[in-house]
Amino acid sequence: MSTFWIVVIGSSIALFALRYSGYLIPEKYLTNPRVLRINTLIPIVLMSAMVGVQTVTENGKWVIDQRLAGIAVAVIALMLKAPYFFVMISAALTSALLYRF
Amino acid sequence: MSRVNRATATQSFSVSFTVGLYGTAFGAASIAAGFSVLQTCFLSLLTFSGASQFAVAGVMGAGGTAISAIATASLLGTRNMLYALRMAPILRVTGVKKVIAAHITIDESTGVAISQEKLGTQAMKEGFWLTGFGVYTFWNIFTLLGALGAQAMGNPSAWGLDAAVPAAFLGLLWPNLTNNYERAIAVSALVMAIVLSPVLSAGLPIISTVVLAVVFGWKART
Repeated sequence: MSTFWIVVIGSSIALFALRYSGYLIPEKYLTNPRVLRINTLIPIVLMSAMVGVQTVTENGKWVIDQRLAGIAVAVIALMLKAPYFFVMISAALTSALLYRF
Repeated sequence: MSRVNRATATQSFSVSFTVGLYGTAFGAASIAAGFSVLQTCFLSLLTFSGASQFAVAGVMGAGGTAISAIATASLLGTRNMLYALRMAPILRVTGVKKVIAAHITIDESTGVAISQEKLGTQAMKEGFWLTGFGVYTFWNIFTLLGALGAQAMGNPSAWGLDAAVPAAFLGLLWPNLTNNYERAIAVSALVMAIVLSPVLSAGLPIISTVVLAVVFGWKART
């Protein structure tokens, strides 16, 4: 079997095992108030981190480009309580226009 | 599942389609790294985790070993495990449904679910399933197109996709940031990940912010 197939199968098994294990933890361990608070915060910190990394970094380097302008417009749209779809489109348009000109 | 909340459905679709488009970039990157079209499609069908898949392509493209590629994918996959912990008490799935739920536990499905919190558990569930299946569908279609060399779309930046994706996550995050305490946590995580980016290898700056969730979650909310 080629190395590439090993990678395909190996990473698929690893990913499934990780995800499934998260669902196997009995609920009683997740109802403690402290665990509950931490658990609620986890997706929030991960997604905040993701927004930061996707906006101002590229291949491990800090890069300020059209993406930051796009996100700035998205923040304004969110503050003005714009619909979700509009938030995404306004960010995309801003970034695309700056990229092309 | 009764009538799906329209706002939830729109949000699920927007996220699924936008993120799915990035599948073309993965398809192309995977082929460039040396995977065949079939292997590329299997990665999207079975691994189904954007961050891990791009990392695999990166490691293999740079001539890395199978072990290092799988290890990197696993490291990034711990994020999905953490999402599963959050989703398990909401979805309360068993049997085959648990297997399917696990497979579609990704950034997007969890993100849409938590952003429906104010609408109740039912909306959170709907958001999770719709987005999970939606991303799965589009991600795999566009992976195939990218792997087949579809250049129709060209550079994702030219279409603003590079900003649309973080904007999509920001929009999902926004309803969860209702007070200054939560905003402070979000900003801390964002800054921490950016600062660590040049120091740690891909994916680690994001997963390391879990420390903040533990620190802030440890003491009671004020």
